[in-house]
Amino acid sequence: MSPRPGFVLEVDRTTPSTLFWHGEGFRLERLPNGSRVIYPPEPLRALEDPDAAIAQALEHPLGGAKPLRELLFPGMRLTIAFDDISLPVPQMRTPDVRQRVIEAVLDLAASAGVDDVVLIAALALHRRMTDDELRHALGERVFDAFAPGGLLLQHDAEDPDGIVRLGVTEEGEDVELNRRATESDLLVYVNINLVAMDGGHKSVATGLASYNSIRHHHNVRAMQNSRSFMDRHNSELHHSNWRMGRFIKDAGIKIFQIETTLNTDTFPAQFGFLAHREWEWTLKDRASFHATSSALARTPDPLARAIFQSIRSPYALTSVQAGEVEAVHESTLQNIFRQQLVEVEGQTDILTMGIPYIGPYNVNSIMNPVLVACLGLGYFFNCYRGKPVVREGGVAILSHPTPWAFHPVHHPSYIDFFEQVLVETTDPLEIEAKFEESFARDPWYIHLYRTSYAYHGVHPFYMWYWCAHALQHLGAVIIVGGDRAAVRRMGFKPASSLADALEMAEDVVGRDPSISHLHLPPLLFMDVK
Amino acid sequence: MKAVLVERQLHRFAAARAASLIAGSTSGVRFGPARLVEIEPFEAPGRNWRHIAVELAGICGSDLATLDGASSRFFESIVSFPFVLGHEILGKALDGPLAGSRIVIEPVLGCLAREIDPPCPACSAGEKGACERIAFGHIQPGLQTGFCTDTGGGWSEELVAHDSQIHRVPDALSDEAAVLVEPTACAIHAAGRANLAPGEHVVVLGAGTLGLLTIAALRAHFLPATIIAVAKHPVQRDFSESLGADIVAKPDEATRAVRRVTGALAVTNDAGRIERLAGGADVVFDCVGSGASIAQSLELVRQKGRIVLVGMPGSLRVDLAPLWQREVSLLGAYAYGTERVTEGTRSTFDLAFDLVQVANLERLVSAHYPLERYDEAVRHAGAAGRRGSVKIVFDIRRSVLRRSPSRTKADHSTHHEVREEGTIT
Repeated sequence: MSPRPGFVLEVDRTTPSTLFWHGEGFRLERLPNGSRVIYPPEPLRALEDPDAAIAQALEHPLGGAKPLRELLFPGMRLTIAFDDISLPVPQMRTPDVRQRVIEAVLDLAASAGVDDVVLIAALALHRRMTDDELRHALGERVFDAFAPGGLLLQHDAEDPDGIVRLGVTEEGEDVELNRRATESDLLVYVNINLVAMDGGHKSVATGLASYNSIRHHHNVRAMQNSRSFMDRHNSELHHSNWRMGRFIKDAGIKIFQIETTLNTDTFPAQFGFLAHREWEWTLKDRASFHATSSALARTPDPLARAIFQSIRSPYALTSVQAGEVEAVHESTLQNIFRQQLVEVEGQTDILTMGIPYIGPYNVNSIMNPVLVACLGLGYFFNCYRGKPVVREGGVAILSHPTPWAFHPVHHPSYIDFFEQVLVETTDPLEIEAKFEESFARDPWYIHLYRTSYAYHGVHPFYMWYWCAHALQHLGAVIIVGGDRAAVRRMGFKPASSLADALEMAEDVVGRDPSISHLHLPPLLFMDVK
Repeated sequence: MKAVLVERQLHRFAAARAASLIAGSTSGVRFGPARLVEIEPFEAPGRNWRHIAVELAGICGSDLATLDGASSRFFESIVSFPFVLGHEILGKALDGPLAGSRIVIEPVLGCLAREIDPPCPACSAGEKGACERIAFGHIQPGLQTGFCTDTGGGWSEELVAHDSQIHRVPDALSDEAAVLVEPTACAIHAAGRANLAPGEHVVVLGAGTLGLLTIAALRAHFLPATIIAVAKHPVQRDFSESLGADIVAKPDEATRAVRRVTGALAVTNDAGRIERLAGGADVVFDCVGSGASIAQSLELVRQKGRIVLVGMPGSLRVDLAPLWQREVSLLGAYAYGTERVTEGTRSTFDLAFDLVQVANLERLVSAHYPLERYDEAVRHAGAAGRRGSVKIVFDIRRSVLRRSPSRTKADHSTHHEVREEGTIT
């Protein structure tokens, strides 16, 4: 039986309660009659032989590129960059797609007699990966072959000797890249394209760039001028990256792009209730839901966090494409939409969403309040093409505990951003003008980014900018079940229940509002008509 | 007349100390060394002394330390028992050239008030707070009015003051602003002690009355690059900001705030917690004066930086290794005299009169109590921040009992204790 497409349910009196993610837990909420619930499509079938598909893609590249085999020669410098710990979330079961692809590339390189090979985790301004995380992404064989000899690197955007300035685009954007990447005969970039925002020229132009470069598209203006940043053709974030990508190409840097897409088989079998629509829950699903919920209710937060972070997703490969960056990416987008696209008719007054325990920036970490906002108002809000599913002046209701808690190793500048910036203003433009530079250049954050496992000092700003379009568009943001002080610090309204939140929302949008609920993850992407 | 009198009764000091350690500041007031009693009014010790009717009298941290039995024994030889508490005083002159006028008392009992001629070098230089002769002269020892057995103090209906201590209050100044002139002078002097250079970053640790006034003084006269206020309670945070702090941090946020502002590196442990700053603020004004606050000051100050002790410390335990290793200067800041500010050299009290008006400091007076409700007043003062208050004052203008017209010499041995609602036993 073919996987079923995405689905928009209209709630009536026979509709069972709807599942909301709520951090490391869940809530069953009864939505008012007439509400819409937007369900993601069911997971696509996995490629039967992923290794063969990868080999096929490398041998038959897109966009007029030569097969990878023909680009490899003895004595060349080969650099393989790959997406970092932020993808995919949750981490996938081994073998990770990166391992499969990189092993295939390395086999070809070995056959061609290429000796000078370096792997680089394309961190951009993200935290460094631990050895265990690298081993998980690349597999034991690759890790052991490269790490001991210092050939497995992590991009350092603040290394004055490791960054090369290539010039400026026609729009005056600085283009600065990883030195090893620019001095290689071939740069192979291995992507996991979990959402439509990922990949394309953004892979190299962001993943291997410096703050000086990244600031040109990771800013409030770009976010407020993107409709949305998940729709690359209408995204200022992507327009800037594309200008930089073409500049990099014109500078003579040869890139062989490999992009992969995954299905939405996100959670292991014991969480089957997460993949099924509520009215189709089996007895086993119900039992599993109640057992999980009651166990979580008795579990201390750190333990619950550790349990959820240990989940390894059964994601499976649905496509792989390789070759010229733009041709590859257009094909990738079609494969992402094939999996995630849901057609939605018209906008809504109120958009509800449950925020899960994980996003791209808290793998093996804590979902701090800024990341809660970013996941809801950045990622989920922007999962649209056309127009936002919630109308201008509408209300977003998020459900998450939103604890006033931060991972001090991973997110040191987030703590200061929360304590010292948001206390003064929540306006993204004011924050950008007044505080970004000092956080970005702060020597302690730079030290921790380079030597510890800290996100760059500027990273919390980007997370807040990610919300800028939503903040500009919405009339109010309400968080259900969150730490009240933390919610208020971000300028949002706390509510103790969904019913309270809906009542509060009526003060903004009027009586008898239309309501839509995003039933994710698993991920979906809305085509809003 | 009624007065809050402190007697030298060691068992009562000990009882108050024990109670305050167990149950918090001012919890032992009823067992402590001070009691609301009936005494005879004070006689002028000399011809340059005037009788002053108290209008408002502030409750200061040093007063609370006395009530808690927490004051250092260092002060024993420079006070004289029994004494009437209260040195933040707005009154009305009952005689002398300013009779009928509202006046503020500059409480230091230095060479001028003691009529010592020639005055000591400090007094000659206008540094009254540094007077060497506070235990000499024609009156009993006492560093200030409010700690001397011959002068009385503000927590009463009447006291005596030397002409050199008396400042006429301009008509435009409210009573509440005037009663804050003395602590404001302390704050201005403290701010000046740091000898700030342009562009320096300062921390004001503690945002009770003295901390808030220090912020106001720094903002008005000493132009630091950044003032980081460390404030525990919401009311303190709000006032810190409105009085000129650039950044207001909670106590557990202070280290990160200082690090951010100064761009210092920090040493973290494996869990990512900051263990120490590699640099820090140029100056920390410790407006608390506890062992914990001095320790925190040492955490926040940079190498070769300065810590100014504004809050009155007592006997305490603190690890001074950081002071030694980082060559930090620890400075005391007591009372006032003359100050070198951006506009020149002026008397601290003159500066304070200006500042209370310009900065609208009268808003810091949060509650007035009649002397009859002395217990309640000091308990409120001891928990001011937590109760959303800053400065608590006694309002003698509203006292139930009227002042005695008597001018006879005080007879402290025949006092009567006032327990509740003016009942005299």
